[in-house]
Amino acid sequence: MTPRFRIGDPVTVRRAYPAGHIRAPHYIRGKGGVVADMVGAYPNPEELAKGNWNAPLAPLYRVRFAQASAWPDYVGPAHDTVDIEIYEHWLEPSAGSAHG
Amino acid sequence: MADHTHEHDHDHARTFAPDEETKLGYYGLAEIAVRELLIEKGLFAPEEFRMGWERFDTNGPAMGAKVVARAWTDPAFKERLLRDGSAAVREFGVDMGLIHLYAVENTADVHNVIVCTLCSCYPKPLLGPPPDWYKSRDYRSRVVRWPRQVLREFGTAVADDVQVRVHDSTADLRYLVLPERPAATTGWSAAELEGLITRDALIGVARIAPPPTHGATE
Repeated sequence: MTPRFRIGDPVTVRRAYPAGHIRAPHYIRGKGGVVADMVGAYPNPEELAKGNWNAPLAPLYRVRFAQASAWPDYVGPAHDTVDIEIYEHWLEPSAGSAHG
Repeated sequence: MADHTHEHDHDHARTFAPDEETKLGYYGLAEIAVRELLIEKGLFAPEEFRMGWERFDTNGPAMGAKVVARAWTDPAFKERLLRDGSAAVREFGVDMGLIHLYAVENTADVHNVIVCTLCSCYPKPLLGPPPDWYKSRDYRSRVVRWPRQVLREFGTAVADDVQVRVHDSTADLRYLVLPERPAATTGWSAAELEGLITRDALIGVARIAPPPTHGATE
């Protein structure tokens, strides 16, 4: 499976709230960051939780968010970040990004 | 005690607290049932079950300390650790299974701290079981949002010109902080350095304390 994003790509986490076993934390949905690393492809936990062991592997990224974008009321320096592991199907290219 | 509004002339905390464990839920009962069946079918013995728990509970951060001391003293190993943590710790006989170990390095410019906001993911093969505070809602909800304040509560002030990088361990990676080696340890062997390395520094809520000054009286 060819990963859809590359290191350095600006991405936005889908703002969606489906039921189920979802590893994209609520606090980051709808927020924009940058792909910091690509860390392989893994069984999709949303499918595993339903007992589906045969679903395609989900590419996983480490996405870096400025704390100030994660939390509009963040009180630390602008260079502080939160890095989160997010599966590809939870990411969309950010508006204005080079490819997407 | 939120809706504890009826009138009392006694203090519950001093008088009566039932000595009862939380009632077994569905999964608690299922675990006992499956374990008893597996024992009955001879797949393992009660003694092996006990030993497994003993091993898990008494496993501490010693392996994590060994790995970090090696990284401090062997630049080629450090490079392997940062590139592919799971492969690097296999050199120490540590099997991370399908889990991808991801080491993050503290420097003069970056301070890393680990949390799992969704549950309590933690690199158990290297650090043993996680401390209670790591699993608490308080730590999980606050360190991701107010990292500098929470670090200060742990006694770890980070200057504003140092970047604080929180890592939320949400999926298939487990993180290990590679702390900064104290300056006063030039020439120390990996074995000597191991003694300085503590669990909390490998989670990123503390730094490695410098060794006591040579010749200082205890």
